[in-house]
Parts: sequence; C-alpha cells; structure tokens
Amino acid sequence: MDNIIEVKNVTYRYEEDSKIQEAALDGVSLEVERGSFVAVIGHNGSGKSTLAKHLNALFLPSEGTVIVDGIDTHNEEAVWQIRRTAGMVFQNPDNQMVATVVEEDVAFGLENIGVPSPEIRKRVDEALETVGMTKYAKSSPYHLSGGQKQRISIAGVLAMQPKVIIFDEVTAMLDPVGRTGIIETAKKLNKELGITIINITHYMEESIDADMIYVMNDGKCVAHGKPRELFQRVEFLTELGLTVPIATQLAYSLNKAGVDIPCNLLTIDELAEALCRLK
Amino acid sequence: MFKDVTFGQYYPSDSVVHRMDPRFKLVIAFAFIIVLFMINSFAGYITAGLFVFVCVAAAKVPVKLLFKNIKPLWFILLFMFVINVFFTRSGNVLFSFWILKITDEGLIKAVLMLIRIVMLIFFTGLLTLTTTPISLTVGIESLLSPLKKIKFPAHELAMMMTIALRFIPTLMEETDKIMKAQMARGASFDTGNLYQKAKSMIPLLITLFVSAFRRADELALAMTARCYNGGEGRTRMNPLKVSGVDYAGAVMTVLFIAAMIMFNYVHVI
Repeated sequence: MDNIIEVKNVTYRYEEDSKIQEAALDGVSLEVERGSFVAVIGHNGSGKSTLAKHLNALFLPSEGTVIVDGIDTHNEEAVWQIRRTAGMVFQNPDNQMVATVVEEDVAFGLENIGVPSPEIRKRVDEALETVGMTKYAKSSPYHLSGGQKQRISIAGVLAMQPKVIIFDEVTAMLDPVGRTGIIETAKKLNKELGITIINITHYMEESIDADMIYVMNDGKCVAHGKPRELFQRVEFLTELGLTVPIATQLAYSLNKAGVDIPCNLLTIDELAEALCRLK
Repeated sequence: MFKDVTFGQYYPSDSVVHRMDPRFKLVIAFAFIIVLFMINSFAGYITAGLFVFVCVAAAKVPVKLLFKNIKPLWFILLFMFVINVFFTRSGNVLFSFWILKITDEGLIKAVLMLIRIVMLIFFTGLLTLTTTPISLTVGIESLLSPLKKIKFPAHELAMMMTIALRFIPTLMEETDKIMKAQMARGASFDTGNLYQKAKSMIPLLITLFVSAFRRADELALAMTARCYNGGEGRTRMNPLKVSGVDYAGAVMTVLFIAAMIMFNYVHVI
C-alpha cells in the first residue's frame, strides 16, 4: 500500500499543560492511500478540524508523528514543501481570499512560491478552467456566491499542483446547490487529475462515494471503514450525533420493522430499487 | 444600505493614461506637486494649466468627476482665499473698511493660490481616477522597495493595503448586518443627541472588532497554508511593465519641469 499521508498516534493539546485542557486530539492514527477519496466525519468539537490542520503542518503534534508524502511534519525545513504537497481549502470563503480580483487571488499561492510570471498565467488559467470559473477571472470575488467563492479557493490551491487537497468543512456555509457543486468538483479532481482528496465534513451525504471514512469523536478516531459497511451501524453513528444518509436511515427502520430489505443502502435510487423488488 | 459601495474612485476606461505604469504616474504626480508650489510667474501658471489640461484630455476622464473632488474642500479653499485677501498688506488699497483692507496684490495672490490648489486637486484626482487601488499599491511597493535595504517594510505595507482594500466591502456588509440585528432588538442609532448617538455605536464597534480579529486570524492561517512567507522571493502574475507611453509621459514631464525652471529664472512675462 502506498500511503500519501500517515498519522501515527497523534495527540495534540492547545495548551501545553495537560491539566488545563483536555487533548483536542487523543492518540489518532489514520492512513490515506495515494489517489483515494477519504472522508473524515464527526460532529462539532470532535477534533476533525484540528486533525485537518496537522496534515499540512499548520499544527504540529504534541505527541506522535504525521508523515506527508514521506516527510515528517516536524521537519521545519520541509514545511513549505509539505504545504505545496498538501493544499487546504477552508470553511469561510470570505476569510481566505487575499486579492480583490479573482485571478489575482488564484495566483496568490504561486506568487508566494516564486513561480515565473508566464507560468503563473498559464496555471491560473488552467485552474480556473478546471473549476469552471474562467468567465469570472476578472471580476471581484465580493459579488460572487458562496459556492463560486469556494471554487475560486479550490482553484487557488489547485494551481499549486498539490498531491493532496484537504477540504476543511468547505461546504458548511453553502446552500445545497453550492454544496453539490463543490463535492462534484472534488470528485472530478480526484478522478481526472488523480489528486488525493480528504474531505472533512459533518454532512454524511458527502461521504457516500468516499473510498474510506474515518469517524471522529472527542478527539479520537472511533471507527473507520467503507461507506457501505460503516453506515450499517446506524445506532452507533446516531449515538455520536451523526445522521446517516436518509436512504440508509429509512432502510434501517424498515428492516427493524420486519420488512425484508438490506441495511447497506446508501442512495435514494438504491432504496427505490430494493423497495420495488419487494414482494 | 452599503451594497453598491465602490471604494476609491477608479474610472474604468482605456486611455493612454490608464495604461501607464503606476510608478510613472506616482512620480509624475509627485514632481508636479513640487513644481506647482515653485511657480512665480504668469507664464508658469499658463504652462501648468496647459499641462493639466493635456493630461486630463489624454485620460478621457469626465471633467465633472474632477470637480467633484473640489466639493468637499470648498470651505478650506474659501478660508485660504479669505486669509490671503485680508492679510496681504502690500499693494494698492482697493477697498478698506474698519481694520480690513483689500489690496490689489492680495487679491491676485489669493486668486493664484486658489488656482494652484485646484490644479493640485485635479492632478491627484486624475491619478486615483485612472489607477486602480491595487495597481497603486503595487506601484508604491515597487517605488519603496529600495528602502528595504534599511529594513523599511515596503512589501508588508503593500500587503496590508491590499488586504484592507479587500476587506472594506466585507466589513461594511457586516456592519450593516450587525446594525440590523441590534435594531431588531431595540437598539437605536439615529435618535438622541450627538453623545447618545456616539454611545449607541459602542456595542456595534465592539462586535465589529471582535469579528475583524477572528477574520484576521483565519486569513493569516489561510495565507500560511498557501505558502505565504513574506515578500522574499515572491513573483507576480502581472509584473509592472514600462512601455512607450510611460517614456512619453516622462519626457513630457521633464520638458514641463524644464520650462517651469526657466520661467522662474528668466522672467519672460
């Protein structure tokens, strides 16, 4: 197995003194395979965002190690290399844009790492094309919708040609239409460009197509598995304050009520098909 | 309420002045201001007026917009005019009343002062009308960059200005939201005397500051994640480029300055 990210037994405290505060991360271990689409789910305060910030050396573990593409994040000299390898898109689109013109903002990261001007131009155009925002290149991000702003943030990360992109609750502030668009974009980057995607979210629907799901609770990684296996554990997930996809929920309730229907259904279509097959 | 705010006063157009390098525009404007206050001949005023006229014509900016800049300053202009008229004691007395005396020299001095200030406002107005705030910032950074040698934070200054410009509309919208939220809970911002009005702004400002600090924190994190590491080794997507227009402008300015110096020493008129 070729893992692009390995998190080994990581503990993180915001305060050095363990008596003041509980650890935000408590012995978390996980592995992300190169080219895969991984979802990390958990309710607010479960430590999932703290975990995300360890994956590009914004935070360094108090104990344990994080290895990104073969480099330990404790290695101070490699920190910019790590951030080029693992790009990150944040929750609030307004608080991650620097420039007043869309294309200038997309160019920001490339300007930081000293890419020559003609190359910046080329990569910015390509990135905007990939996220479908070419026609807004010259406009001001202020007038765009939340979903469009997040696409620009994605383009800004994409232009740096990372191997991994971490989506840190990118859809939390978006309407359903914007949310679907962003997830579609993420899948496209994963399938067409082979970029490893780590989607940190509390929307279960977004993780249905993931290759692997990690469930966070109270700073610990409490479960992981493929969506189909994991979502069968409806009671367990509900206990953690997570809602399973509506189709799974319904199938589970029907099954419990004695209807002969499998529990491992993920989408409405699958559910409809299973229901039609009932005699 | 703040929806359509346009900060700065950039007037989009595709004139030669718009296309000029911001660095050249800044230097020319600066040189013009200095020269303007050295004029001491009638021919000097005519030439300076002509220079301003040529620049305005080349910029294709509506003159109405230039006059708009004078409006908020009318009181200062009036004050300066009055001071010059009444406090010049030399020359032939045209009119006298009580302790006030108006002399012909004072009147001329006041009018010329007024013309100078108006030309100053016109010219600096022209600079901001033809240059976007961002390219002005880039220009300032580039002009100040030699000072980096003596540890002057030229890049940091420019980055701060860029971020400030970027967040003006965001914070305005936020102010509007907070005001409405507080009004919905019974706050009042436009009743009472000045003191009460000022006092009602305090809860608004506190909320706004807290939010601005939170935003700053998040932005700093996002910039770090995108490898922002100060000005060292940074490149630009659109580097500043000097073109023929800039040289033409520079030559014109040099000729203008030469003419002004000549007028000062050789009194033609």
